[in-house]
Amino acid sequence: MKKSESTGKKSKERKLKLKIMPVAVALAFIVLWQLAVDIFDIEAFILPGPVNILRSLYKERELLLSHALVTLGEAFAGFGIAVVAGICFGLLMGFCEPVRIALYPIFVVSQTIPLIVLAPLFAVWFGFGFLPKVIIIVLVCFFPIAVTFAQDLLKVDEDMDFMLRVMGAGRWKSFVLARIPKALPGLFSGLKIAATYSIMGAVISEWVGAKKGLGIFMTRAMTSFRTAALFADVVLIVVLSLGLYKLIELIEKKIINHADI
Amino acid sequence: MDCKIRITGLNMDYTGSEEGESSLRVLSDVNLEVFENEFVSLLGPSGCGKSTLLRLIAGLEHDYEGEILLGGINPRHKRVPVCYMLQKDCLMPWRSMLSNVLLPIEIKKGDLKKAREEIKPLVQEFGLSGFENYRPRQLSGGMRQRAALLRTYLMDGEIMLLDEPFGSLDEITRMQMQDWLISVWEKHRKTVLFVTHDIDEAIYLSDRVVVLSDRPGTVNGVVQIDFERPRKRDMILTPQFSEYKKDILSLLASFPAW
Repeated sequence: MKKSESTGKKSKERKLKLKIMPVAVALAFIVLWQLAVDIFDIEAFILPGPVNILRSLYKERELLLSHALVTLGEAFAGFGIAVVAGICFGLLMGFCEPVRIALYPIFVVSQTIPLIVLAPLFAVWFGFGFLPKVIIIVLVCFFPIAVTFAQDLLKVDEDMDFMLRVMGAGRWKSFVLARIPKALPGLFSGLKIAATYSIMGAVISEWVGAKKGLGIFMTRAMTSFRTAALFADVVLIVVLSLGLYKLIELIEKKIINHADI
Repeated sequence: MDCKIRITGLNMDYTGSEEGESSLRVLSDVNLEVFENEFVSLLGPSGCGKSTLLRLIAGLEHDYEGEILLGGINPRHKRVPVCYMLQKDCLMPWRSMLSNVLLPIEIKKGDLKKAREEIKPLVQEFGLSGFENYRPRQLSGGMRQRAALLRTYLMDGEIMLLDEPFGSLDEITRMQMQDWLISVWEKHRKTVLFVTHDIDEAIYLSDRVVVLSDRPGTVNGVVQIDFERPRKRDMILTPQFSEYKKDILSLLASFPAW
């Protein structure tokens, strides 16, 4: 029932160790990288060192921020739409077998179409504005949400189902009472994947053509050999993706207690 | 006395889901009567169809021959609410103990506020007070079964169908639960059909023990248990208890597999 204090302390120490390890490895890698750049005297336009990247990040901060805001706006809009649509279709596919049979293969096939093709196509159809980016992000984010949710909704606990029927619950009622709460962890793992995809989707769609955004900043930095700025841009993308991921994780922790599922 | 459960000429085949799979007879010509406020155990080897029989009485499956009447009503035509309990507690881990227990009332859209007040003495009686807001994982095995039984009790049918409710508990906890169940039952008196494969448990708890044969299950015989109530643990050590046990063993042994 309850852990004794000493094992609780030990597991805390273990947890701390598990957290420190990857950070230590990452730090070691960064230090090695800097040393390599310094020792072999590598040109900054080929491979800038971490210090150089940080400097560039600071120097370009205002420009990067204004681009990042555009990208974030697209990502939020696309992710938001994908969450609503993904949950709706997940519920539909989880509850209604014919719907799942009809839609599931189509969703899977849709995922194999390369984004690199879709992005320019949408640019031709919808221009270089906000809309084509949002569509791309919705396409990327929708799938993991709908599929992970539906998959967990389909897991049946026969005994629980039987008990609920004996108690007089209909199909929908027992779906709401038992299946949906049980599928929430699945939904959230889909949401977390989708959250990180949303920034990436925005960046890819901006590559093709945009007025503003981290993607277009990236192509500009690349073509003008400002490699440090390019890396700074990547750092920002990583930070934003992780931030979104953590945000979803925070909401998840507020809503569900994993020990209780 | 009112006959609460009357089963006549019940046959049931299990047909495999695959086409061409031959069907398997699970229950064969089962006849059984359970009267009001009677505690009857169904005893038989595993796989003899006793759980299936209970599920049929619950009235959710109608794929059988013969007739089942619950208080004179045929559940094929009209659903008769029953109280049901499985070996698995089926408590929802994300709900508190109390909201698990109140689930039948929630499903029937009853007045939860009122029910919460009304069941306080029952929660006490079931040894669960103080644990209302605990999650199932924070409760001991015995407490979880008691919570499940309280939920079963609140299903508000006149018939209680208990399918090996203590089967997953350890020996000592099981004995405690039996003592407790019998004292609660002797106070509240409902019609109980209790599935078990534990002979001592069946004798100790029941008014009558119905012995089923190996598959296809059919009634091999019925042993009337005349111990007075309230039942006491030391009845297990009496010669009379051994007599009952002998009768049941010989009924169990009368099927060809032995």
